[in-house]
Amino acid sequence: MELAEVIKQVNDIFKDVFDDDSLVINSETTAKDVDDWDSLTHIQLVVAIEKHFKIRFTSTEIHGFANVGQMCEAISNKINKS
Amino acid sequence: MPASVKSFNELKRNLKKDFTAFPQKKLAVLGDTATQFLVKALRGYGYEAELNLDIYEAEYNQIDHEIIDSTSELYTSNPEYVIIFQSTQKLLNNYFETAHAGKNKFAEERLSQIRNFIATINERMKCKVIFFNFGEINDNIFGNFSNKLDFSFSYQVRKINLELMDMCRETKNLYINDVCTLQNMYGIDFAFDPKLYVTSDLTLSLDFTAVVAKSVVDIIQSLVGKSKKCLILDLDNTLWGGIIGDDGIEGIQIGELGIGKAFTELQLWAKQLKERGIILAVSSKNDSEVAKNAFDNHPDMVLSYEDFAVFNANWDNKADNIKQIQQILNIGFDSMVFLDDNPFERNMVRSFLPEVTIPELPEDPAEYLTYLRSLNLFETSSYSEEDSERTELYRQEYQRTVVKQAFVNEDEYLTSLEMVSECKPFDSFTIPRVAQLTQRSNQFNLRTIRYTEDDMHKISSSDDYLTLSFTLEDKFGHYGLISLIILKKQGEVLFVDTWIMSCRVLKRTMENFVLNNIVEAATANGFKKIIGEFIQTAKNKMVKDHYKDFGFTESNGLWELDIKAFEKRKSFINKKQ
Repeated sequence: MELAEVIKQVNDIFKDVFDDDSLVINSETTAKDVDDWDSLTHIQLVVAIEKHFKIRFTSTEIHGFANVGQMCEAISNKINKS
Repeated sequence: MPASVKSFNELKRNLKKDFTAFPQKKLAVLGDTATQFLVKALRGYGYEAELNLDIYEAEYNQIDHEIIDSTSELYTSNPEYVIIFQSTQKLLNNYFETAHAGKNKFAEERLSQIRNFIATINERMKCKVIFFNFGEINDNIFGNFSNKLDFSFSYQVRKINLELMDMCRETKNLYINDVCTLQNMYGIDFAFDPKLYVTSDLTLSLDFTAVVAKSVVDIIQSLVGKSKKCLILDLDNTLWGGIIGDDGIEGIQIGELGIGKAFTELQLWAKQLKERGIILAVSSKNDSEVAKNAFDNHPDMVLSYEDFAVFNANWDNKADNIKQIQQILNIGFDSMVFLDDNPFERNMVRSFLPEVTIPELPEDPAEYLTYLRSLNLFETSSYSEEDSERTELYRQEYQRTVVKQAFVNEDEYLTSLEMVSECKPFDSFTIPRVAQLTQRSNQFNLRTIRYTEDDMHKISSSDDYLTLSFTLEDKFGHYGLISLIILKKQGEVLFVDTWIMSCRVLKRTMENFVLNNIVEAATANGFKKIIGEFIQTAKNKMVKDHYKDFGFTESNGLWELDIKAFEKRKSFINKKQ
């Protein structure tokens, strides 16, 4: 799956978790840019992404992403490996 | 995610919705691990159950402190329900820290700590405690051999779970949230996400948090008096496989034939529900005689015709049939569950009677029972022996309705019933039933104050109260204990704290008999006035003019009756001596 497609699908997951259909994210987006993106919502995001892409992040990974781009690259790598 | 449980996301979205129409219940949540998700899920499930749960969440891992410190927010927040969640992960760590010599006493120590917690809470405030039992983990230090060792973790955790059952049997205000069963049902891989535990000290996965929250809200719902009382069953392809009208009595699948086992087991389950007090009824598109014949003559049938309080096998539409069942049983639509394999019938009934619970049965009958069990439809907060006779009581009622049609004159009919009532103060035999009535009665209930058995023991032994319980029987059978009165002494006045009557005995002049007895008790004890109050709820409209109709006069929102001016009211009930 292309990275752009991953970001698009992750964007939909963000919309769902934050309950905000107007939310737009890109590679540069960080937790600071999104209202309510706290440690609890982060866990929700991680769980929702794992379910959606049928992948598993490691414990170290989930708190190591600097921005959405890194997260999506990790997703993309996992999908393409399997 | 199982279809029967809301996802955490859905529950979180509920938090933004309007709770103002729902009754408020105060909760306190104490946990030894992170509880933020649990608290959100609880409030979100409250919305599903139409409860406005106002939750105090204690700081992380402060169970001891909150309970021991009498000035803690646990006490100042004054909750009706205290939820205590100790995780198995922490339990296991404690066990590992325990020296070998102490490991076989590990459960005892933990149980005594829990017992102390609950005793301390009970000394300081009136509330109900919902304690989570422990999902089992085998630490696999000994493998299966741990079953042979009394100091193994498996042994100790099972001992805690078993003894918690004994503890809550002895402690009336203690209820167990059976996390262990839930974990068995969904599996540890579903229930526990190691990553969330390691990074965030969360011992419940997000999906399982929703499952656990539902279970807590199920308990609270049953404690506030919302429970299912009646199971209405379709017949063809629900209680047996095939269509009896086409396949004939020999052709339906039950017992050994075809996939009969699926239906046999569903019938066994329904029979157990009936024995514990759920009323069974039939609503089926069938010829009545053909359907009855199957119950009377099929050798593998588990349920019998007599197990059903109402048997509606006909060609009318099912919504009308269920309305008729509701009228005969005189219970709320929201206390009814309707099982039907046919999606069309389910949707039809749903559109006319949205309050009836109608599970979306799986397509394969083999899955019916697992699915139904997962819904936990029949949560209850009490049980008394009398419950098991309930279907029989409703059958008798059905017979009375038939006889009544033969009498032109209501008085003649009532006289013909030869009604007798036993009227006496509460005692240790009647207290479980009177407490249960305060928990369950919604309609003929003037103030809707819920009491536990414990409360009732206090009230009945106090000099500040007079209590009366009433039974009723007639020539058709026993209604059992059907009405109760709690009178609070206030100088020369008796205040009616509680007046409850089962709707099964409406139109029997029972309420007149009760009032006559209240006045008799008041006179015997030297009181001059009786004062009543009506507190409106969503369900007790039928008694809104109760005191007015009895000739009480209104004063400042209360209703007064001067005993001297009272004239005995007409009743066809004789006092049992």
